[in-house]
Amino acid sequence: MSRKRRSASKAVFIGCMVFLFVPLAVLIFFSFNENKAPIFTQFSLVWYRKLFTESSSLWTAFFRSITIALAASATATVIGTLAAIGVHWHRFPLKTYVQAITYIPLVLPEIIIGMSLLAFFAGIRMPVFGHSLAIGIPMTLGWLTIFIAHATFCLPFAYMMVLARLDEFDSSIIEAARDLGATEVQTLLRVIIPVSKPGIISGFLTSLTLSLEDFTITYFVSGVSSTMPMVVYSQMYKGGVSPVINALSSIMILGTVVLAFLARRWLKYIAASS
Amino acid sequence: MKGATIGISGITKSFGDFQALKGVSLDIRKGEFFSLLGPSGCGKTTLLRIIGGFEEPSSGRVEIDGEDILPLPPNMRHANTVFQNYALFPHLTVYENVAFPLRLKSIKRKSLDELVMYYLRLVELDGHAAKRPSMLSGGQKQRVAIARALINEPSVLLLDEPLSALDAKLRHHMLMELDQIHDKVGITFVYVTHDQSEALSVSDRIAVMDRGNVLQVGTPREIYESPSTTFVAQFIGETNIIDGTIESSGGRWFVVDAGGMGRVKVTDPRGYRVGDRVTLTVRPEKLRITPLGMAATEDSNSFVGTVDESVYSGFLSKYYVRLESGAVMRVFRQHGDQGEGEGLGWDDRVCVSWNPRDTFIVEGARG
Repeated sequence: MSRKRRSASKAVFIGCMVFLFVPLAVLIFFSFNENKAPIFTQFSLVWYRKLFTESSSLWTAFFRSITIALAASATATVIGTLAAIGVHWHRFPLKTYVQAITYIPLVLPEIIIGMSLLAFFAGIRMPVFGHSLAIGIPMTLGWLTIFIAHATFCLPFAYMMVLARLDEFDSSIIEAARDLGATEVQTLLRVIIPVSKPGIISGFLTSLTLSLEDFTITYFVSGVSSTMPMVVYSQMYKGGVSPVINALSSIMILGTVVLAFLARRWLKYIAASS
Repeated sequence: MKGATIGISGITKSFGDFQALKGVSLDIRKGEFFSLLGPSGCGKTTLLRIIGGFEEPSSGRVEIDGEDILPLPPNMRHANTVFQNYALFPHLTVYENVAFPLRLKSIKRKSLDELVMYYLRLVELDGHAAKRPSMLSGGQKQRVAIARALINEPSVLLLDEPLSALDAKLRHHMLMELDQIHDKVGITFVYVTHDQSEALSVSDRIAVMDRGNVLQVGTPREIYESPSTTFVAQFIGETNIIDGTIESSGGRWFVVDAGGMGRVKVTDPRGYRVGDRVTLTVRPEKLRITPLGMAATEDSNSFVGTVDESVYSGFLSKYYVRLESGAVMRVFRQHGDQGEGEGLGWDDRVCVSWNPRDTFIVEGARG
């Protein structure tokens, strides 16, 4: 490779790194700035103090986001895993159609998913014990509808991560387990799930990220409940993001980096052992 | 329970329009090393998977020790399988792979450990207990699969081309080890292979299969020395095929008129009579090749020809001799045989001869 081309690829690499990480660095930098405007005046922890003492609505939204993300990811991962196992190992009518429609949510614009979910929630009635569906109470928008929406759009991601893992294995290990005396349930718990673990973990982590950051779909189905991204957006709408958000973001960046490294080591360990 | 009989009767299996098995019946004896031998697509693996419980036959019956096993799921059958690609559990260590069947039952930890270590020693893997399957060589993976299949103490072990992924030298070694393990555990082995030399060297009996049918069942010697059909003769090693008509019977042998080639003497007519059209086979190593001029004995079949080609292949030489009729006979001569045939080469005029006892009628039609 010529020196010229090497320096060109170096420049592209540096450009990518700059655009990826400098904005994050700027955000962290301004979280320690005393001035509310993005002009540096003096180092200060005032925004961190405000974050922990005077921002109860932000924390409510934050914990609501975390709770919904955990619940929706767990639901999506469980259903996605079982769906992947079913599609991978069993033959059933319309299998190819089921496989094809699973990919649709991945390519569909979020705004359409959001609108369709809203229309759906507006149209159905919550079943009430002792009553038929038709006379149930209307569905109110809130944390439940956000949870359902998030679990729905995370599902295809979890499903695909597990399916990709299952594709690496020969179905003969299932036959081997059955041959060696395992019942179907024992085969599922002792062989299929442990073998697909890396896929399940990746699926869960991906779902978690998608759920935490989602704005578009959530905006349609949230009603009065706000999640983190919505609070940030509404503040900006009202005239400038408070540096309190910078402080919270800095903490979240730190947390994400730590989690990412742990997950990497964990996945590496699992990959090495199989 | 040590070893079991397997009774297979009238098994058919269709995949769509393809008939994989066309009515197979076999009786496998208690404690036998039984091989299913045939080319790929002959139905041998399908038959094994039916015994193991991974395929359901379209019709027929399979019994182990007289009990109908077809209604039972694989985990309820006293048969364990060694899979072609090993099928080890990638997330478990060697020790846990072998312990897997025991973990499913409530077995005391101490006796579990004793059993696992016993079987790991049996396959000489006790030093590798803590390793993951991904760290093992092909031969070692195979041993884990065997130990894991044996630990349930099944009465039947099903082996699906277990050595096909190994290189030639290791394959031979593992084959001898399988034979020793069979002697030690004493259970019935059903061994699927397409390699005739594997089947011949370890089996008590062999069933030769082709296109969903069993063509012949017999000991390796029977299968090799007196094949019942042309296919069996040609599949089990190399052979010479001669077509002709039985011309006369009398005295010590029958005489077959083989057209332009001349007359071939046969001792066992296998129920055919004068006038019937028959196909004969004689193994290349039964043929003697001598320089022309050496007197052939009256009792033998002998023909004059020219060496078309001679191939040196280690412990033997292969000669392709074109007879005066145009037919080419294969002759194998082992090195170390004294004298005759030494130094024969291309274009030499030779005499090919063999004992009529070594000629077999494999097929025929009433004339």
